[in-house]
Amino acid sequence: MKPISIRDMSIRFGAVTVLPKVSFDVAEGECFGLVGESGSGKSTILRCASLLLDTWSGEARIGGTSVREMSPADRCRTLQMVFQDPYGSLHPRHSVRTVLSEPLKIHHFDDHAARLEQAMIDVGLPVAFLDRYPHQLSGGQRQRVAIARALIVEPDVLFLDEPTSALDVSVQAEIINLLVRLQAEKGFTYVMVSHDLAVIDHMCDRFAVMKLGEIVEILPRSAIVGNQATHPYARELIGASLSYENAL
Amino acid sequence: MQNPILEVRDLSVHYRGAPAPAVNKVSFTLGRERLGIVGESGSGKSTVGRALMRLLPTADITASRARFEDVDLLTASEREMLKVRGARMSMILQDPKFSLNPIRRCGDQVAEAYRTHVKCSRAVARAQAIAMLEAVQIRDADRVYALYPHEVSGGMGQRIMIAMMLLTNPDLVIADEPTSALDVTVRLQVLKILDDLVAERGIGLIMISHDLNLVRNFCDRVLIMYAGRVVETLKADELDLAQHPYTRGLIAAQPRIGGSRAPLPVLERDPAWLKETGL
Repeated sequence: MKPISIRDMSIRFGAVTVLPKVSFDVAEGECFGLVGESGSGKSTILRCASLLLDTWSGEARIGGTSVREMSPADRCRTLQMVFQDPYGSLHPRHSVRTVLSEPLKIHHFDDHAARLEQAMIDVGLPVAFLDRYPHQLSGGQRQRVAIARALIVEPDVLFLDEPTSALDVSVQAEIINLLVRLQAEKGFTYVMVSHDLAVIDHMCDRFAVMKLGEIVEILPRSAIVGNQATHPYARELIGASLSYENAL
Repeated sequence: MQNPILEVRDLSVHYRGAPAPAVNKVSFTLGRERLGIVGESGSGKSTVGRALMRLLPTADITASRARFEDVDLLTASEREMLKVRGARMSMILQDPKFSLNPIRRCGDQVAEAYRTHVKCSRAVARAQAIAMLEAVQIRDADRVYALYPHEVSGGMGQRIMIAMMLLTNPDLVIADEPTSALDVTVRLQVLKILDDLVAERGIGLIMISHDLNLVRNFCDRVLIMYAGRVVETLKADELDLAQHPYTRGLIAAQPRIGGSRAPLPVLERDPAWLKETGL
């Protein structure tokens, strides 16, 4: 529901420049992909834009407001993140109910019971699962809880950091379908990091190819099939993914 | 099949304390070919690999037959297994970051694998290790020999693992998700190297993976496992002709480049799959 604009985002860890200078725009309601090899800075962009890292320079605006100018509560109401590994991103000793109630308390929402129930329905989990603990859930169910936790504060923007790469193909399909449905229903703006171009092709409208912290090319989804990239690295990446899928 | 390298019949593995066996009556034979084992996490595919290497000291392993060349894997003593493991039968693990010793030089680890099984001087082992590093297409093998694991990339680390495992000229290599920790661009190179070496040396390969594309491209035959059982065995190039609803479900659930953007078909699990066995 809100556009994102990133200008000259740059961060260094010690002597290593992870992001030299990155700029891109995402339209409201768009699904934008970030692809590239490990260490290319894809996840770092999300961590910077969500201020999980704040030692960067440059600007990230969501709906015209800089993320640095938002109060922490506003920022969290505007953007939420879903992490890669559902086994690591849920507190093992907090029940689903606790996990989902916490953001409601922090943001002073009313009518907790109804919201908890709705969040569970939105992500396709039985309401009775509210009283389960993470170890009583499968990987796919845990990722649904992580998505529910992000949804419950009614954000405009969701950052998805490899949301399916720790999951099996069969479970990945469920989570992808869920994310696509939620976007259609609620109009989220997604920024999704993935290393799987087939997933990007299925979900995203446009994507950026990254190498060594720089965006080498921004391509529409339609450029994947015929490998219409112009930058050599982007061509290599798409080419490798296509030949990996060659059994089509 | 003539002169199978490995013959397994009714292999079951039961982890102590678990309610159901992790592997339930799995049978297959392996010649000088590439066999893929595919399935979801928890389907028992890695357990099969580990059971064959006898790396599960706390699990109950039963089978009516488990023969690797002239070795009976069920009755062989640990002393005999030490001679087999790493020499005639070796295993490539998923993530080089966790499988290489972080405080020893990569090359020394490769040479050590050789010296464990072949009596020779350090200099000979070093020369062998360097030759093998070159065979896995590491340029400047002398330099890489002296590097520590944190100084090499994931793709190079996995090639070092492959070098280490193939150096003793095994007859059987079990590759447990050898490339799932690698990027797509590197993945193909590493698979190609493994594939060439396996073909060149006539090694039997068991490729354990959750990735249908990978086994389709790099294996001759595929076993599909579900909940500890083999539900279907197929030729890799006939994967699309799969009959079992589980296999078909897995194939359909995969998003494809250029595919339609309709919701992906979700696997409907039928409780009856837990009872039947394929083959």
